[in-house]
Amino acid sequence: MARMKFLCDADRCIECNACVTACKNEHEVPWGINRRRVVTINDGKPGERSISMACMHCTDAPCAAVCPVDCFYTTADGVVLHSKDLCIGCGYCFYACPFGAPQYPRLGNFGSRGKMDKCTYCAGGPEADNTPAEYAKYGSNRLAEGKLPICAEMCSTKALLAGDGEIIAQIYAERVTTRGYGSGAWGWRTAYKDMVSG
Amino acid sequence: MTSFARRLRTLAVAFALGLGAAIFAAPAITSTALAQGAPASPAAAQEELLFRYLQTQPQGRHGELVGRVSIPDPKAATLIQPHGREFQEAWRSTMKWVGAVAILGMLAVITLFYLVRGRIRIAAGPSGRYIQRFDGVERFAHWLTASTFIVLAITGLNISFGRHVLLPLIGPEAFTAWSEWAKVAHNFLGFPFTLGVVLILLLWVHRNLPDSTDLEWLAKGGGLVGHAHPPAKKFNAGQKIVFWTTVLGGAAIAVTGFIKMFPFQFIATDVYGMQLATQIHGIVGFVMIALILAHIYIGTLGMEGAFSAMGSGKVDLNWAKEHHSLWVDEVMNPTRKASLPAGAKGAGAD
Ligand code: HEM
Ligand code: SF4
Ligand code: SF4
Repeated sequence: MARMKFLCDADRCIECNACVTACKNEHEVPWGINRRRVVTINDGKPGERSISMACMHCTDAPCAAVCPVDCFYTTADGVVLHSKDLCIGCGYCFYACPFGAPQYPRLGNFGSRGKMDKCTYCAGGPEADNTPAEYAKYGSNRLAEGKLPICAEMCSTKALLAGDGEIIAQIYAERVTTRGYGSGAWGWRTAYKDMVSG
Repeated sequence: MTSFARRLRTLAVAFALGLGAAIFAAPAITSTALAQGAPASPAAAQEELLFRYLQTQPQGRHGELVGRVSIPDPKAATLIQPHGREFQEAWRSTMKWVGAVAILGMLAVITLFYLVRGRIRIAAGPSGRYIQRFDGVERFAHWLTASTFIVLAITGLNISFGRHVLLPLIGPEAFTAWSEWAKVAHNFLGFPFTLGVVLILLLWVHRNLPDSTDLEWLAKGGGLVGHAHPPAKKFNAGQKIVFWTTVLGGAAIAVTGFIKMFPFQFIATDVYGMQLATQIHGIVGFVMIALILAHIYIGTLGMEGAFSAMGSGKVDLNWAKEHHSLWVDEVMNPTRKASLPAGAKGAGAD
Protein backbone atom coordinates (compact mmCIF):
# COMPACT_ATOMS: atom_id res chain seq x y z
CA MET A 1 0.00 0.00 0.00
CA ALA A 2 1.10 3.51 -0.72
CA ARG A 3 1.84 5.90 2.10
CA MET A 4 -0.09 9.04 1.16
CA LYS A 5 1.45 12.42 1.90
CA PHE A 6 1.14 16.09 1.00
CA LEU A 7 4.07 18.16 -0.18
CA CYS A 8 3.93 21.88 -0.91
CA ASP A 9 6.68 23.20 -3.13
CA ALA A 10 7.01 26.70 -1.73
CA ASP A 11 8.99 27.88 -4.75
CA ARG A 12 5.93 27.31 -6.90
CA CYS A 13 3.02 28.31 -4.70
CA ILE A 14 1.60 31.66 -5.84
CA GLU A 15 -0.99 32.04 -3.06
CA CYS A 16 -3.92 31.80 -5.47
CA ASN A 17 -5.99 29.91 -2.86
CA ALA A 18 -7.49 27.62 -5.50
CA CYS A 19 -6.77 24.63 -3.25
CA VAL A 20 -8.67 26.28 -0.39
CA THR A 21 -11.64 27.06 -2.60
CA ALA A 22 -11.66 23.64 -4.22
CA CYS A 23 -11.63 21.97 -0.80
CA LYS A 24 -14.47 24.11 0.52
CA ASN A 25 -16.56 23.41 -2.50
CA GLU A 26 -15.84 19.72 -2.80
CA HIS A 27 -16.82 18.94 0.76
CA GLU A 28 -19.28 21.78 1.38
CA VAL A 29 -17.20 22.82 4.34
CA PRO A 30 -19.17 25.22 6.55
CA TRP A 31 -18.23 28.82 7.22
CA GLY A 32 -15.47 29.27 9.73
CA ILE A 33 -13.92 25.86 9.12
CA ASN A 34 -10.69 25.85 7.16
CA ARG A 35 -9.51 22.42 6.26
CA ARG A 36 -6.81 23.94 4.10
CA ARG A 37 -5.22 27.39 4.19
CA VAL A 38 -2.39 29.23 2.53
CA VAL A 39 0.10 30.94 4.82
CA THR A 40 2.55 33.52 3.51
CA ILE A 41 5.73 33.77 5.50
CA ASN A 42 8.18 36.63 5.35
CA ASP A 43 5.43 38.64 3.74
CA GLY A 44 6.77 41.52 1.66
CA LYS A 45 10.38 40.69 2.37
CA PRO A 46 13.01 38.97 0.28
CA GLY A 47 12.47 35.27 0.69
CA GLU A 48 8.69 35.63 0.84
CA ARG A 49 7.08 32.26 0.51
CA SER A 50 3.55 30.91 0.42
CA ILE A 51 2.71 27.44 1.63
CA SER A 52 -0.56 25.61 1.37
CA MET A 53 -1.18 23.70 4.57
CA ALA A 54 -3.78 21.22 5.77
CA CYS A 55 -3.63 18.10 7.87
CA MET A 56 -0.35 16.40 6.95
CA HIS A 57 -1.55 12.94 7.96
CA CYS A 58 1.41 12.57 10.26
CA THR A 59 3.41 9.50 11.09
CA ASP A 60 2.73 8.69 14.76
CA ALA A 61 0.06 11.39 14.65
CA PRO A 62 0.07 13.75 17.66
CA CYS A 63 -3.70 14.31 17.43
CA ALA A 64 -4.36 10.59 17.76
CA ALA A 65 -1.94 10.27 20.66
CA VAL A 66 -3.70 12.90 22.78
CA CYS A 67 -7.36 12.25 21.91
CA PRO A 68 -9.02 11.35 25.23
CA VAL A 69 -11.63 9.21 23.48
CA ASP A 70 -9.16 7.65 21.04
CA CYS A 71 -11.34 8.44 18.02
CA PHE A 72 -8.60 8.59 15.35
CA TYR A 73 -7.53 5.81 13.07
CA THR A 74 -4.98 5.51 10.30
CA THR A 75 -6.04 3.91 7.02
CA ALA A 76 -3.93 1.43 5.11
CA ASP A 77 -2.84 4.39 2.94
CA GLY A 78 -1.46 6.22 5.96
CA VAL A 79 -4.34 8.71 6.01
CA VAL A 80 -5.28 9.93 9.49
CA LEU A 81 -9.06 10.01 9.94
CA HIS A 82 -11.39 10.36 12.91
CA SER A 83 -14.93 9.57 13.94
CA LYS A 84 -17.21 12.54 14.55
CA ASP A 85 -19.61 10.23 16.36
CA LEU A 86 -16.98 9.60 19.00
CA CYS A 87 -15.33 13.04 19.21
CA ILE A 88 -16.30 15.01 22.33
CA GLY A 89 -14.91 18.33 21.11
CA CYS A 90 -12.33 18.73 23.83
CA GLY A 91 -9.84 20.59 21.64
CA TYR A 92 -6.80 18.55 22.66
CA CYS A 93 -5.97 17.55 19.09
CA PHE A 94 -5.65 21.23 18.17
CA TYR A 95 -3.10 21.71 20.95
CA ALA A 96 -1.04 18.76 19.77
CA CYS A 97 -1.29 19.24 16.02
CA PRO A 98 1.88 20.93 14.72
CA PHE A 99 -0.02 22.27 11.69
CA GLY A 100 -3.17 23.78 13.18
CA ALA A 101 -5.30 21.33 11.21
CA PRO A 102 -8.20 20.48 13.56
CA GLN A 103 -11.11 22.92 13.26
CA TYR A 104 -14.22 23.42 15.39
CA PRO A 105 -17.68 24.73 14.53
CA ARG A 106 -17.73 26.97 17.60
CA LEU A 107 -15.24 28.69 19.81
CA GLY A 108 -14.74 26.88 23.11
CA ASN A 109 -17.68 28.19 25.07
CA PHE A 110 -17.79 26.06 28.21
CA GLY A 111 -15.66 23.63 26.26
CA SER A 112 -18.48 22.90 23.82
CA ARG A 113 -16.72 23.41 20.55
CA GLY A 114 -18.73 20.88 18.63
CA LYS A 115 -17.28 17.98 16.69
CA MET A 116 -13.79 18.44 15.34
CA ASP A 117 -13.43 18.73 11.58
CA LYS A 118 -10.27 18.45 9.53
CA CYS A 119 -8.86 17.51 6.16
CA THR A 120 -9.66 13.89 5.35
CA TYR A 121 -7.27 13.63 2.41
CA CYS A 122 -10.55 13.39 0.48
CA ALA A 123 -10.99 9.99 2.09
CA GLY A 124 -14.21 10.43 4.07
CA GLY A 125 -14.67 8.81 7.44
CA PRO A 126 -15.65 5.57 9.16
CA GLU A 127 -19.06 5.35 7.45
CA ALA A 128 -19.48 3.23 4.33
CA ASP A 129 -17.72 4.83 1.34
CA ASN A 130 -19.59 7.58 -0.50
CA THR A 131 -22.83 7.29 1.44
CA PRO A 132 -24.89 10.41 2.23
CA ALA A 133 -24.07 9.89 5.92
CA GLU A 134 -20.36 9.95 5.17
CA TYR A 135 -20.72 12.98 2.93
CA ALA A 136 -22.68 14.96 5.51
CA LYS A 137 -20.02 14.48 8.18
CA TYR A 138 -16.76 14.33 6.27
CA GLY A 139 -17.36 15.37 2.67
CA SER A 140 -16.69 13.36 -0.41
CA ASN A 141 -14.52 10.27 -0.56
CA ARG A 142 -12.42 10.65 -3.69
CA LEU A 143 -9.82 8.17 -2.58
CA ALA A 144 -12.42 5.41 -2.62
CA GLU A 145 -13.11 6.36 -6.25
CA GLY A 146 -9.43 6.08 -7.08
CA LYS A 147 -8.89 9.85 -7.25
CA LEU A 148 -6.40 11.98 -5.39
CA PRO A 149 -7.30 14.96 -3.15
CA ILE A 150 -9.01 17.76 -5.05
CA CYS A 151 -6.70 20.49 -3.71
CA ALA A 152 -3.62 19.01 -5.33
CA GLU A 153 -5.50 18.12 -8.50
CA MET A 154 -6.61 21.74 -8.82
CA CYS A 155 -3.23 23.32 -8.18
CA SER A 156 -2.39 25.34 -11.28
CA THR A 157 1.35 25.51 -10.65
CA LYS A 158 1.53 21.97 -9.30
CA ALA A 159 3.06 23.35 -6.15
CA LEU A 160 0.83 21.18 -4.02
CA LEU A 161 1.56 17.50 -4.53
CA ALA A 162 -0.50 14.66 -3.13
CA GLY A 163 0.05 10.97 -3.53
CA ASP A 164 2.42 8.21 -2.55
CA GLY A 165 5.05 9.85 -0.35
CA GLU A 166 7.97 8.26 -2.17
CA ILE A 167 6.79 9.35 -5.57
CA ILE A 168 6.04 12.96 -4.64
CA ALA A 169 9.39 13.16 -2.85
CA GLN A 170 11.07 12.01 -6.05
CA ILE A 171 9.23 14.58 -8.13
CA TYR A 172 10.23 17.26 -5.71
CA ALA A 173 13.85 16.11 -5.53
CA GLU A 174 14.06 16.21 -9.32
CA ARG A 175 12.68 19.75 -9.35
CA VAL A 176 15.21 20.83 -6.77
CA THR A 177 18.08 19.40 -8.77
CA THR A 178 16.84 20.89 -12.01
CA ARG A 179 16.39 24.41 -10.72
CA GLY A 180 19.29 24.23 -8.29
CA TYR A 181 17.52 25.26 -5.09
CA GLY A 182 14.72 24.51 -2.71
CA SER A 183 15.32 22.18 0.16
CA GLY A 184 12.08 22.84 1.91
CA ALA A 185 9.35 20.28 1.89
CA TRP A 186 7.73 22.35 4.59
CA GLY A 187 6.62 20.39 7.59
CA TRP A 188 7.99 17.04 6.51
CA ARG A 189 10.43 16.73 9.35
CA THR A 190 7.75 17.41 11.94
CA ALA A 191 5.04 15.41 10.21
CA TYR A 192 6.90 12.39 8.90
CA LYS A 193 10.15 12.59 10.89
CA ASP A 194 11.68 12.53 7.46
CA MET A 195 14.46 14.61 5.94
CA VAL A 196 13.26 15.37 2.40
CA SER A 197 12.31 18.32 4.44
CA GLY A 198 12.96 21.77 5.75
CA MET B 1 19.97 -1.81 -10.79
CA THR B 2 18.34 0.15 -13.56
CA SER B 3 19.90 3.36 -14.72
CA PHE B 4 16.78 5.20 -13.57
CA ALA B 5 17.16 3.94 -10.03
CA ARG B 6 20.87 4.85 -10.10
CA ARG B 7 20.02 8.34 -11.17
CA LEU B 8 17.52 8.67 -8.37
CA ARG B 9 20.08 7.54 -5.88
CA THR B 10 22.61 10.08 -7.11
CA LEU B 11 19.93 12.71 -6.82
CA ALA B 12 19.10 11.71 -3.30
CA VAL B 13 22.75 11.80 -2.25
CA ALA B 14 23.31 15.18 -3.85
CA PHE B 15 20.19 16.42 -2.18
CA ALA B 16 21.20 15.17 1.25
CA LEU B 17 24.66 16.72 0.88
CA GLY B 18 23.17 20.04 -0.11
CA LEU B 19 20.86 20.07 2.83
CA GLY B 20 23.68 19.12 5.19
CA ALA B 21 25.78 21.99 3.90
CA ALA B 22 22.90 24.39 4.40
CA ILE B 23 22.43 23.30 7.99
CA PHE B 24 26.11 23.65 8.79
CA ALA B 25 26.29 27.03 7.14
CA ALA B 26 23.12 28.29 8.78
CA PRO B 27 24.35 30.10 11.88
CA ALA B 28 27.32 31.62 10.05
CA ILE B 29 25.34 32.96 7.11
CA THR B 30 22.53 34.33 9.23
CA SER B 31 24.88 36.22 11.47
CA THR B 32 26.97 37.68 8.67
CA ALA B 33 23.87 38.70 6.77
CA LEU B 34 22.59 40.47 9.83
CA ALA B 35 25.95 42.01 10.58
CA GLN B 36 26.22 43.53 7.13
CA GLY B 37 22.78 45.02 7.38
CA ALA B 38 21.87 43.03 4.29
CA PRO B 39 18.24 41.91 3.90
CA ALA B 40 17.47 40.54 7.33
CA SER B 41 16.10 37.31 5.95
CA PRO B 42 18.11 34.73 4.03
CA ALA B 43 17.71 34.41 0.30
CA ALA B 44 15.01 32.26 -1.19
CA ALA B 45 17.36 29.49 -2.22
CA GLN B 46 18.14 28.55 1.34
CA GLU B 47 14.97 27.04 2.71
CA GLU B 48 16.51 25.42 5.73
CA LEU B 49 18.10 28.72 6.60
CA LEU B 50 14.84 30.52 6.09
CA PHE B 51 13.11 28.05 8.36
CA ARG B 52 15.61 28.62 11.14
CA TYR B 53 15.60 32.36 10.62
CA LEU B 54 11.82 32.53 10.86
CA GLN B 55 11.86 30.53 14.04
CA THR B 56 13.97 33.27 15.60
CA GLN B 57 11.37 35.92 14.76
CA PRO B 58 9.43 37.46 17.63
CA GLN B 59 6.15 35.77 16.66
CA GLY B 60 7.93 32.42 16.69
CA ARG B 61 8.81 32.69 20.36
CA HIS B 62 8.51 28.96 20.95
CA GLY B 63 9.89 27.85 17.62
CA GLU B 64 6.67 28.39 15.70
CA LEU B 65 6.66 29.47 12.09
CA VAL B 66 4.20 32.34 11.83
CA GLY B 67 3.17 34.11 8.66
CA ARG B 68 0.23 36.00 7.22
CA VAL B 69 -3.05 34.42 6.32
CA SER B 70 -6.15 35.83 4.67
CA ILE B 71 -8.48 34.01 7.09
CA PRO B 72 -9.76 36.20 9.95
CA ASP B 73 -8.40 33.81 12.57
CA PRO B 74 -4.97 34.74 13.89
CA LYS B 75 -4.29 31.14 14.95
CA ALA B 76 -4.43 30.07 11.30
CA ALA B 77 -1.35 32.19 10.58
CA THR B 78 0.85 29.73 12.46
CA LEU B 79 2.14 27.44 9.77
CA ILE B 80 4.01 24.97 11.97
CA GLN B 81 4.30 24.68 15.74
CA PRO B 82 6.89 21.93 16.14
CA HIS B 83 6.34 21.81 19.91
CA GLY B 84 3.07 20.02 19.24
CA ARG B 85 5.31 16.96 19.17
CA GLU B 86 6.61 17.83 22.64
CA PHE B 87 3.08 18.24 23.94
CA GLN B 88 2.23 14.87 22.43
CA GLU B 89 5.07 13.25 24.36
CA ALA B 90 4.28 15.13 27.57
CA TRP B 91 0.64 14.12 27.49
CA ARG B 92 1.16 10.60 26.29
CA SER B 93 3.96 9.74 28.61
CA THR B 94 5.17 12.26 31.23
CA MET B 95 1.74 13.21 32.56
CA LYS B 96 0.54 9.63 32.65
CA TRP B 97 3.59 8.54 34.61
CA VAL B 98 3.26 11.37 37.11
CA GLY B 99 -0.44 10.64 37.53
CA ALA B 100 -0.09 6.90 37.85
CA VAL B 101 2.85 7.04 40.26
CA ALA B 102 1.26 9.73 42.45
CA ILE B 103 -2.14 8.09 42.72
CA LEU B 104 -1.24 4.39 42.77
CA GLY B 105 1.79 5.18 44.96
CA MET B 106 -0.43 6.93 47.49
CA LEU B 107 -2.91 4.06 47.49
CA ALA B 108 -0.03 1.67 48.15
CA VAL B 109 1.28 3.82 51.01
CA ILE B 110 -2.19 4.05 52.56
CA THR B 111 -2.73 0.30 52.31
CA LEU B 112 0.66 -0.37 53.83
CA PHE B 113 -0.01 2.13 56.60
CA TYR B 114 -3.35 0.48 57.36
CA LEU B 115 -1.76 -2.97 57.49
CA VAL B 116 1.03 -1.84 59.80
CA ARG B 117 -0.77 0.65 61.99
CA GLY B 118 -4.39 -0.36 61.70
CA ARG B 119 -7.17 2.02 62.62
CA ILE B 120 -5.99 4.70 65.02
CA ARG B 121 -8.25 4.36 68.03
CA ILE B 122 -9.11 6.92 70.68
CA ALA B 123 -6.50 5.76 73.21
CA ALA B 124 -8.62 6.60 76.26
CA GLY B 125 -11.76 5.32 74.59
CA PRO B 126 -14.75 7.49 73.69
CA SER B 127 -15.82 9.71 76.56
CA GLY B 128 -19.39 10.09 75.39
CA ARG B 129 -19.03 13.86 75.79
CA TYR B 130 -18.89 15.95 72.65
CA ILE B 131 -17.55 19.37 71.82
CA GLN B 132 -18.41 21.44 68.78
CA ARG B 133 -15.61 21.50 66.23
CA PHE B 134 -17.10 22.84 63.00
CA ASP B 135 -20.24 24.92 62.60
CA GLY B 136 -22.72 24.69 59.75
CA VAL B 137 -21.01 27.22 57.50
CA GLU B 138 -17.67 25.47 57.88
CA ARG B 139 -19.19 22.10 57.09
CA PHE B 140 -21.02 23.52 54.11
CA ALA B 141 -17.77 24.94 52.71
CA HIS B 142 -16.01 21.62 53.31
CA TRP B 143 -18.64 19.45 51.66
CA LEU B 144 -19.17 21.82 48.78
CA THR B 145 -15.48 21.57 47.98
CA ALA B 146 -15.23 17.87 48.75
CA SER B 147 -18.21 16.69 46.73
CA THR B 148 -17.34 18.75 43.68
CA PHE B 149 -13.69 17.74 44.01
CA ILE B 150 -14.57 14.06 43.88
CA VAL B 151 -16.65 14.46 40.73
CA LEU B 152 -14.01 16.72 39.17
CA ALA B 153 -11.31 14.17 40.01
CA ILE B 154 -13.20 11.25 38.49
CA THR B 155 -14.22 13.14 35.36
CA GLY B 156 -10.73 14.65 35.03
CA LEU B 157 -9.05 11.26 35.39
CA ASN B 158 -11.44 10.06 32.71
CA ILE B 159 -9.83 12.54 30.30
CA SER B 160 -6.31 11.40 31.21
CA PHE B 161 -6.76 7.67 31.69
CA GLY B 162 -10.23 6.74 30.47
CA ARG B 163 -9.10 5.66 27.03
CA HIS B 164 -6.73 3.14 28.57
CA VAL B 165 -8.83 1.96 31.50
CA LEU B 166 -12.51 2.39 30.71
CA LEU B 167 -12.71 2.45 26.91
CA PRO B 168 -11.54 -1.16 26.45
CA LEU B 169 -14.15 -2.27 29.00
CA ILE B 170 -17.27 -0.51 27.75
CA GLY B 171 -16.50 0.10 24.07
CA PRO B 172 -16.17 3.35 22.11
CA GLU B 173 -19.84 4.40 21.86
CA ALA B 174 -20.58 4.02 25.56
CA PHE B 175 -17.27 5.62 26.44
CA THR B 176 -17.98 8.68 24.30
CA ALA B 177 -21.51 9.01 25.73
CA TRP B 178 -20.16 8.88 29.28
CA SER B 179 -17.26 11.20 28.44
CA GLU B 180 -19.63 13.84 27.06
CA TRP B 181 -21.52 13.86 30.34
CA ALA B 182 -18.31 13.77 32.29
CA LYS B 183 -17.09 16.79 30.36
CA VAL B 184 -20.25 18.77 31.05
CA ALA B 185 -20.05 17.89 34.73
CA HIS B 186 -16.38 18.80 34.87
CA ASN B 187 -16.99 22.15 33.23
CA PHE B 188 -19.93 23.22 35.38
CA LEU B 189 -18.70 21.90 38.72
CA GLY B 190 -15.58 24.01 38.33
CA PHE B 191 -17.61 27.00 39.54
CA PRO B 192 -18.93 25.60 42.86
CA PHE B 193 -15.52 24.03 43.48
CA THR B 194 -13.86 27.42 43.13
CA LEU B 195 -16.43 28.94 45.47
CA GLY B 196 -15.74 26.20 48.02
CA VAL B 197 -12.01 26.84 47.93
CA VAL B 198 -12.56 30.58 48.43
CA LEU B 199 -14.84 29.89 51.43
CA ILE B 200 -12.30 27.50 52.93
CA LEU B 201 -9.62 30.12 52.56
CA LEU B 202 -11.70 32.82 54.24
CA LEU B 203 -12.95 30.61 57.07
CA TRP B 204 -9.75 28.87 58.04
CA VAL B 205 -6.73 30.84 56.92
CA HIS B 206 -6.13 32.44 60.35
CA ARG B 207 -5.99 28.95 61.90
CA ASN B 208 -3.56 27.63 59.33
CA LEU B 209 -0.65 30.02 59.60
CA PRO B 210 2.46 27.98 60.42
CA ASP B 211 3.80 28.33 63.97
CA SER B 212 6.19 26.65 66.39
CA THR B 213 3.77 23.88 67.42
CA ASP B 214 3.92 22.63 63.84
CA LEU B 215 7.66 21.96 64.11
CA GLU B 216 7.19 19.82 67.19
CA TRP B 217 4.25 18.03 65.62
CA LEU B 218 6.26 17.26 62.49
CA ALA B 219 9.34 16.25 64.51
CA LYS B 220 7.24 13.69 66.35
CA GLY B 221 5.86 12.38 63.11
CA GLY B 222 2.42 13.72 63.97
CA GLY B 223 1.62 10.64 65.96
CA LEU B 224 1.29 8.74 62.70
CA VAL B 225 4.76 7.36 63.08
CA GLY B 226 4.99 6.10 66.64
CA HIS B 227 2.21 6.57 69.16
CA ALA B 228 3.00 10.00 70.55
CA HIS B 229 0.29 12.64 70.64
CA PRO B 230 2.16 15.87 69.97
CA PRO B 231 0.18 18.95 71.00
CA ALA B 232 -1.75 20.74 68.29
CA LYS B 233 -4.12 23.65 68.00
CA LYS B 234 -7.34 23.44 66.00
CA PHE B 235 -5.36 22.31 62.97
CA ASN B 236 -2.16 20.29 63.24
CA ALA B 237 0.72 20.61 60.77
CA GLY B 238 -0.61 17.77 58.62
CA GLN B 239 -3.96 19.48 58.31
CA LYS B 240 -2.23 22.74 57.51
CA ILE B 241 -0.44 21.02 54.66
CA VAL B 242 -3.79 19.79 53.36
CA PHE B 243 -5.22 23.30 53.77
CA TRP B 244 -2.44 24.99 51.81
CA THR B 245 -2.43 22.33 49.13
CA THR B 246 -6.16 22.79 48.71
CA VAL B 247 -5.96 26.57 48.60
CA LEU B 248 -2.83 26.99 46.48
CA GLY B 249 -3.38 23.88 44.36
CA GLY B 250 -7.05 24.79 44.06
CA ALA B 251 -6.11 28.26 42.84
CA ALA B 252 -3.69 26.86 40.26
CA ILE B 253 -6.19 24.28 39.10
CA ALA B 254 -9.02 26.83 38.91
CA VAL B 255 -6.97 29.31 36.87
CA THR B 256 -5.69 26.67 34.45
CA GLY B 257 -9.15 25.05 34.39
CA PHE B 258 -10.86 28.26 33.36
CA ILE B 259 -8.15 28.83 30.77
CA LYS B 260 -8.99 25.39 29.37
CA MET B 261 -12.67 26.13 29.51
CA PHE B 262 -12.33 29.44 27.67
CA PRO B 263 -9.44 28.59 25.35
CA PHE B 264 -7.34 31.40 23.85
CA GLN B 265 -9.46 34.00 25.70
CA PHE B 266 -7.21 35.10 28.54
CA ILE B 267 -3.67 34.54 29.89
CA ALA B 268 -3.05 31.69 27.44
CA THR B 269 -3.80 33.26 24.08
CA ASP B 270 -1.77 30.91 21.92
CA VAL B 271 -1.40 27.18 21.48
CA TYR B 272 1.77 27.09 23.56
CA GLY B 273 -0.10 28.64 26.49
CA MET B 274 -2.91 26.12 26.12
CA GLN B 275 -0.43 23.26 26.12
CA LEU B 276 1.16 24.60 29.29
CA ALA B 277 -2.21 25.11 31.00
CA THR B 278 -3.24 21.55 30.13
CA GLN B 279 -0.05 20.12 31.59
CA ILE B 280 -0.15 22.21 34.78
CA HIS B 281 -3.86 21.47 35.28
CA GLY B 282 -3.31 17.74 34.93
CA ILE B 283 -0.21 17.49 37.13
CA VAL B 284 -1.60 19.69 39.92
CA GLY B 285 -4.78 17.63 39.70
CA PHE B 286 -2.88 14.35 40.13
CA VAL B 287 -0.90 15.66 43.11
CA MET B 288 -4.05 16.97 44.77
CA ILE B 289 -5.90 13.73 44.18
CA ALA B 290 -3.03 11.80 45.79
CA LEU B 291 -2.96 14.06 48.84
CA ILE B 292 -6.73 14.10 49.22
CA LEU B 293 -6.79 10.29 49.15
CA ALA B 294 -4.64 10.34 52.29
CA HIS B 295 -6.89 13.04 53.76
CA ILE B 296 -10.00 10.96 53.09
CA TYR B 297 -8.41 7.88 54.59
CA ILE B 298 -7.41 9.54 57.85
CA GLY B 299 -10.75 11.31 58.13
CA THR B 300 -12.76 8.10 57.83
CA LEU B 301 -11.41 4.58 58.02
CA GLY B 302 -7.99 5.51 59.35
CA MET B 303 -8.96 7.20 62.59
CA GLU B 304 -11.70 6.53 65.08
CA GLY B 305 -13.66 9.64 65.99
CA ALA B 306 -12.42 11.88 63.19
CA PHE B 307 -15.36 11.76 60.81
CA SER B 308 -17.95 13.26 63.11
CA ALA B 309 -16.06 16.57 63.02
CA MET B 310 -17.33 17.05 59.51
CA GLY B 311 -20.44 14.90 60.00
CA SER B 312 -22.34 16.24 63.00
CA GLY B 313 -19.75 18.94 63.56
CA LYS B 314 -19.04 17.61 67.07
CA VAL B 315 -16.14 15.46 68.24
CA ASP B 316 -15.59 13.27 71.26
CA LEU B 317 -13.78 15.10 74.03
CA ASN B 318 -11.15 12.38 74.42
CA TRP B 319 -10.46 12.40 70.70
CA ALA B 320 -10.04 16.17 70.83
CA LYS B 321 -7.71 15.97 73.83
CA GLU B 322 -5.51 13.42 72.11
CA HIS B 323 -5.27 15.11 68.73
CA HIS B 324 -5.83 18.81 69.36
CA SER B 325 -4.86 19.37 73.00
CA LEU B 326 -4.10 23.08 72.66
CA TRP B 327 -7.41 23.68 70.90
CA VAL B 328 -9.30 21.89 73.71
CA ASP B 329 -7.56 24.12 76.26
CA GLU B 330 -8.58 27.11 74.22
CA VAL B 331 -12.22 26.07 73.99
CA MET B 332 -12.54 24.87 77.60
CA ASN B 333 -10.63 27.68 79.29
CA PRO B 334 -12.95 30.67 79.57
CA THR B 335 -10.13 33.11 80.38
CA ARG B 336 -8.91 32.78 76.84
CA LYS B 337 -12.33 33.04 75.39
CA ALA B 338 -11.59 36.53 74.13
CA SER B 339 -9.28 35.10 71.53
CA LEU B 340 -11.87 32.64 70.26
CA PRO B 341 -13.18 33.18 66.78
CA ALA B 342 -16.93 33.25 66.40
CA GLY B 343 -17.07 29.71 65.00
CA ALA B 344 -15.38 27.92 67.92
CA LYS B 345 -18.13 27.78 70.54
CA GLY B 346 -17.75 25.86 73.76
CA ALA B 347 -21.19 24.44 73.17
CA GLY B 348 -21.79 21.02 74.64
CA ALA B 349 -18.40 21.00 76.29
CA ASP B 350 -19.65 20.57 79.84
C1 HEM C 1 -12.08 25.41 38.68
C2 HEM C 1 -12.16 24.21 38.51
C3 HEM C 1 -11.87 23.44 37.25
C4 HEM C 1 -12.08 23.77 35.92
C5 HEM C 1 -12.68 25.05 35.36
C6 HEM C 1 -11.60 22.66 35.13
C7 HEM C 1 -11.63 22.59 33.75
C8 HEM C 1 -11.09 21.57 33.01
C9 HEM C 1 -11.18 21.46 31.59
C10 HEM C 1 -11.87 22.46 30.67
C11 HEM C 1 -10.53 20.33 31.22
C12 HEM C 1 -10.32 19.85 29.79
C13 HEM C 1 -11.13 18.67 29.45
C14 HEM C 1 -12.53 19.03 29.06
O1 HEM C 1 -12.73 19.92 28.21
O2 HEM C 1 -13.45 18.40 29.61
C15 HEM C 1 -10.02 19.71 32.41
C16 HEM C 1 -9.29 18.55 32.46
C17 HEM C 1 -8.86 17.94 33.62
N1 HEM C 1 -9.17 18.33 34.91
FE1 HEM C 1 -10.15 20.02 35.44
N2 HEM C 1 -11.11 21.70 35.97
C18 HEM C 1 -11.27 22.14 37.27
C19 HEM C 1 -10.96 21.48 38.44
C20 HEM C 1 -10.32 20.27 38.48
C21 HEM C 1 -9.99 19.55 39.68
C22 HEM C 1 -10.32 20.00 41.08
C23 HEM C 1 -9.33 18.42 39.31
C24 HEM C 1 -8.74 17.31 40.12
C25 HEM C 1 -9.15 16.86 41.15
C26 HEM C 1 -9.25 18.43 37.88
C27 HEM C 1 -8.64 17.46 37.14
C28 HEM C 1 -8.56 17.45 35.78
C29 HEM C 1 -7.84 16.47 35.03
C30 HEM C 1 -7.02 15.32 35.61
C31 HEM C 1 -8.02 16.78 33.68
C32 HEM C 1 -7.42 16.03 32.50
C33 HEM C 1 -6.06 16.58 32.27
C34 HEM C 1 -5.36 15.89 31.12
O3 HEM C 1 -5.08 14.71 31.21
O4 HEM C 1 -5.08 16.58 30.15
N3 HEM C 1 -9.86 19.56 37.40
N4 HEM C 1 -10.39 20.48 33.50
S1 SF4 D 1 -1.47 17.33 10.76
FE1 SF4 D 1 -2.46 17.53 12.76
S2 SF4 D 1 -4.47 16.65 12.51
FE2 SF4 D 1 -3.24 15.94 10.76
S3 SF4 D 1 -2.37 13.97 11.42
FE3 SF4 D 1 -0.85 15.52 11.96
S4 SF4 D 1 -1.39 16.05 14.07
FE4 SF4 D 1 -3.16 14.99 13.24
S1 SF4 E 1 -11.58 17.37 19.82
FE1 SF4 E 1 -12.43 15.36 19.33
S2 SF4 E 1 -10.92 14.42 17.98
FE2 SF4 E 1 -9.91 16.14 18.97
S3 SF4 E 1 -8.89 15.22 20.75
FE3 SF4 E 1 -10.91 15.95 21.45
S4 SF4 E 1 -12.26 14.20 21.24
FE4 SF4 E 1 -10.43 13.73 20.05
